[in-house]
Amino acid sequence: MSTRSIGQEFVKGLWDENPVFRQLLGLCPTLAVTGWVINGLAMGLATSFVLIFSSLVVSSIKKFIPSQVRIASYIVIIATFVTIADRCMAAFFPLISKNLGPYIPLIVVNCIILGRQEAFSSRNSVGRSFIDALGMSSGFVLALLILSSIREVLGVGTFLGLQVMGTWFKPWIIMILPPGAFLTLGILLGIALHIERKTKARK
Amino acid sequence: MELVAIFVSAILINNFVLYYFLGICPFLGVSKKISSALSMGLAVTFVMTITAVVSWAINHWILIPHKLDYLQIVSFILVIASLVQLVEMFIRKMSPPLYQALGIYLPLITTNCSIMFLALLAALRNYSLAEAVAFGVGSGLGFTLAIILMAGIREQLDLADVPEPLKGAGIALIVAGIMALAFMGFIGMIK
Repeated sequence: MSTRSIGQEFVKGLWDENPVFRQLLGLCPTLAVTGWVINGLAMGLATSFVLIFSSLVVSSIKKFIPSQVRIASYIVIIATFVTIADRCMAAFFPLISKNLGPYIPLIVVNCIILGRQEAFSSRNSVGRSFIDALGMSSGFVLALLILSSIREVLGVGTFLGLQVMGTWFKPWIIMILPPGAFLTLGILLGIALHIERKTKARK
Repeated sequence: MELVAIFVSAILINNFVLYYFLGICPFLGVSKKISSALSMGLAVTFVMTITAVVSWAINHWILIPHKLDYLQIVSFILVIASLVQLVEMFIRKMSPPLYQALGIYLPLITTNCSIMFLALLAALRNYSLAEAVAFGVGSGLGFTLAIILMAGIREQLDLADVPEPLKGAGIALIVAGIMALAFMGFIGMIK
């Protein structure tokens, strides 16, 4: 059982245990869809939906799942919500759904979601699991937003499709291509670790 | 000819790691030594080839005739999970040293997104059985190539003077970025 207060349970997902910057989980979608802010945001929200609902279900039926088959059960629960998310995206936001393509079904193998079920929801109450899932999702969305903002602004000079850079700016096309994703995330990880060290040293 | 194009483009042009960003976790986790990178790559290639065949069969013989294609996600993930379990039992019986070397990353192939992506993309593009197999083998070899190159670079990188905060994952991602840049040179090889 976790001994943190409810507030701390939420906040830890934003920085201390941020799934992307601190735990290096879910890197594949993080790299793949962050060429445009709108795609990053859609991916973040779809993943949050799946994570929050899977956590709610797993934490409420944790007593009935035999521990030998728990991973398989979690995967079926997660796959159910991913199917719902996939179908809803295709119905209501066909354009975004087309852009993200097979990356939406791939949420099912996102290690953040399975990781939270195994590490948290299977041992904590429904309320706490909800707050934890909310915090982790916010951390994930935050990371996707940071990465996609940098890539879209530098890569094409726009933010959510709006022109933000002046006409003097020559876009760095490489930023929205695959190499830009690796380079940006690598440098961001370095910066995150640097900030972490600085704050530790001050304490 | 079509088969060769699918095969080559899966290895070099649309490389699973460097173009689609799939399987980043084992790519960063098992790329410290060339020997373990090679066995990881071969295990993934093996699972990918079988997955390509089995998911094709399920998709074309069960899901499509019964109009159940909305069950693709659930059924593919279950097939992959049971396949990995089988491969794991097989390797443990046949070659215990290899089993030891792969360790935790063997069961983790289940959540390696590249396998799931392979099954989904082959279904989406409506590949025939032969095309699906060419795609599966090619993608697996592409993954093997990328992870071995990465391991080779990282063995040299141990001797380099990397800034403290970038050590580990940071520099590995930057190296991957430069590799992706190099692989972009292959675009245009196949029209």
